Amino acid sequence: MTEQTKKEKNMLGLTGAEAAAHAMKQINPEVVACYPITPQTEIMHTFSKYVADGDVDTEFVRVESEHSAMSATVGAAAAGIRAMTATSSQGLALMHEIVYITSGLRLPIVMPVVNRALSAPINIHCDHTDTMAERDSGWLQFYCESAEEVYHMIFIALKLAENEKVLLPAMVCQDGFITSHGVENLREIETKKIKSFIGTYNPKHSLLDIEHPISSGSIFFYDYFFEARRQQIDAIEQAKLLYPKVAKEFEKISGVYYDFVEEYNLKDAEYVIVAMSSTCGTVKDVVDFLRKQGKKVGLLKIRVFRPFPNEEIVKLLKDKKKVAILDRAIAPGSYAPLFSEIRSVFYESDKKPEIYSYMFGLGGRDVTLDNIESVFSDLMNNKKEKINYLGLRE
Amino acid sequence: MNLKELSKRKEVFVSGHRMCPGCGAGIVARQVTLAANMPIVVASATGCVEVSSSIYPFTSWKVPWIHNAFENAAATLSGVEAAYNALKKKGKIKKDIKFIAIGGDGGTYDIGLQSLSGTLERGHNLLYVCYDNEAYMNTGIQRSSATPFGAETKTDPYGKLRQGKQEFKKNLTEVVAAHGIPYAAQASIGYWNDLNMKVEKALSVKGPSFINVLSPCIPGWGVPANTTIKIAKLATETCFWPLYEVENGKYTINFDPEDKKKQIIEWIKLQKRFSHLMEPANKPIIDKIQAKVDSDWELLKKKTKL
Repeated sequence: MTEQTKKEKNMLGLTGAEAAAHAMKQINPEVVACYPITPQTEIMHTFSKYVADGDVDTEFVRVESEHSAMSATVGAAAAGIRAMTATSSQGLALMHEIVYITSGLRLPIVMPVVNRALSAPINIHCDHTDTMAERDSGWLQFYCESAEEVYHMIFIALKLAENEKVLLPAMVCQDGFITSHGVENLREIETKKIKSFIGTYNPKHSLLDIEHPISSGSIFFYDYFFEARRQQIDAIEQAKLLYPKVAKEFEKISGVYYDFVEEYNLKDAEYVIVAMSSTCGTVKDVVDFLRKQGKKVGLLKIRVFRPFPNEEIVKLLKDKKKVAILDRAIAPGSYAPLFSEIRSVFYESDKKPEIYSYMFGLGGRDVTLDNIESVFSDLMNNKKEKINYLGLRE
Repeated sequence: MNLKELSKRKEVFVSGHRMCPGCGAGIVARQVTLAANMPIVVASATGCVEVSSSIYPFTSWKVPWIHNAFENAAATLSGVEAAYNALKKKGKIKKDIKFIAIGGDGGTYDIGLQSLSGTLERGHNLLYVCYDNEAYMNTGIQRSSATPFGAETKTDPYGKLRQGKQEFKKNLTEVVAAHGIPYAAQASIGYWNDLNMKVEKALSVKGPSFINVLSPCIPGWGVPANTTIKIAKLATETCFWPLYEVENGKYTINFDPEDKKKQIIEWIKLQKRFSHLMEPANKPIIDKIQAKVDSDWELLKKKTKL
C-alpha cells in the first residue's frame, strides 16, 4: 500500500453536521438530549442513526424543546457522566437561561452549535448573532472554518472542558448550511486514539453517588455569589493557560496544531482581515489572488473566541498598517462584537494598526470573493469610514 | 404503615431549613422523602422548598439533590434518570435508585407544564410531586392557574371591579392522567397515611408517576400557623380537593365523606384570601364555587365507575 492510499483510507467525505455527529459517535457520551432545529437537525439525524444501529451506547433523550434539551443535559452531566446536546439560533436563545446555569454549575458539556440568524425577521441561514448573544455566559467558544476543524475541535473542547482546573462547558461553532451542509474531506482519527486522548471522565461529585450526597444548584446570596462568579473567571483563565498543552497533545494524534488563532500570509502582511469560521476560506483565496499581484495582504483567523486571545492578537497585529475586522453579527447601539473586542485589546498597546469594522453576511447573505477583495482595496486605498457594511443594499 | 414505624426512619429532609412556621410544603418534602425509604435523587423546581432548603453553605437534603431552574425540574431529572440508565446498562452502578422531582404549583401547573408533559410522554422512570399551595407564594402571593376562583392574591386583589381571581383552578391531575401514565394521584398533607401509601405505589410502578399534594400556605391563604392540617383536611371534607388515584386509567376515590360532605363555606371562611366573599353581596360567588365543587365531585365519582 502506498503512502497516498494509506492516507486516503482515513479520509471521509462528510458535511459539517455529520462531522460533529461523527465526533460525538467516537466520544460515545452516556447521554445526548436533543431537539430539532434547522440547520442543526442534521447532527441529530446522523446521531439518531448511530443510536438506531447500536453504534453508540448513548441514552438518547428526544426532548420536547431546547430548553429541556439543555436542562436534561445538565441533569445528566450532574450525574457524573458525559452528556451532550446540539443546537442553532432560536434553540440556543431558548436555552439561554440554562446556558448560564450550565457554566455556573461547572458542568463540562460540549455542544456543537450550527450558527444561524436570530428572528425577527425569521431566517434559517448563517450569521453569528446566536452564539454572540452567549459570549458572556462563561462557556468556552470555538469557531470553525471547515468540517474537519469542527470534527477536531470537538475533541479538543471536550478535553479542555473536562480538565479539573477548568470544568466549563464549550460551544463548537460552525456556519449554518455553508459548513453544516457542505460535504468536505476530512481525516478521520481512529477511535482508539480518540479514546486515549479524551480519557475517561471521573468528576469528584455525582448525583448518583448515593453514599456521598451533594446539593447542586443551591442558592447563593450576597455573601457567596460574587466569589462563585470569580471562580468561573479563574476557570476560564485556566482554560487559556491549558489550551496550548491540550492542542499540542491533540497534534500528536492528528498531525494538526490548532492555535488560538491561525495566521495566513500574516508575517509580512501590511493589510489584514480578521475573520472567523467559513469566511476565512474565502479570505484565503483572495489573499492568494492578491499576493500574486504583489500585494502585502494577509488573514488572521480567530479560532478561540472564549477565552479571548488578547495578547496573541496584539502581538500579531500591532505592526500592521491597517486591519479590517469582519463581524457576522451586529450589536445595535454599539460596535460589532469582534471589532469591539479587538479595538479594546489595543488600548494598552503603544503600537497599533488602524482598525476598521465590516459587518457582513447577516441572515446568510453571500460573501463573495469580490466582497473580500473590496475590503482589501478599501484598506489599501485609504478609505476613511471606520464602520462599514459589506454586501448590503443601502 | 403506622406513625411509630415511620418515626424510626432516617430523615433525609432535615430541620434547619427556613420554611415558614406551619408551612405545608415542608411537610410534603419531609413526608414524601420519608415514605420513599430507599436511595433517591431529588430535583427541585425553583420555589419555596428549593430556596428555603438550600441556602449555601447549608442544605436540608441528606440525599443527592439538584436544582436547575423554575420550569425544568422534570426535564432535569429525566436527564439524571437517563444517566442512571446508561450506567446501569454498562454495569457501572449496582444499586437501585429512584428519582423524585418536587415543584410548587407555579413550577408545575404553569411554567413547568411543558417540561413535565414531555417527561411524562417520554416514559422516564421517575415520580413528580407537586406541592400545590395555590399561588406563587415564594415571590409574594401572585395568582397561578392553581389559584381557586374567588381567591385574592397580589395580582388579583379585591377591588371595585374584580373580586379576586375570576377563573377556576386548572385540573392538573386530570391533565397529567390524560398522558396515560401508570400512576397519577391527588393527595393532601392532611392525610399522611394516604400520602405515604401513594408515594410507595408511585415509586413501585415502572414509568412516570405523579402526585398532586394540596399544601396550605400560612401567609398566602391567611390562616394561623397551627391550622395547616385542619385547613388541608377541610379541603378534602368539602370535596374541593378529593383524594383519588388513577392507576393505568382506573379511578379510585380514597376518601368519600358521603353524607358528611361539608359545604365549601366551611373551608372558605377560615382563610383571609377569601374574606371578601363573606360580604352578603358576594354570596353568588360562593354559590358559584359550591356548584363547581359539586359538579366536579359528581364527575369524579362517575369516573370511578368507568
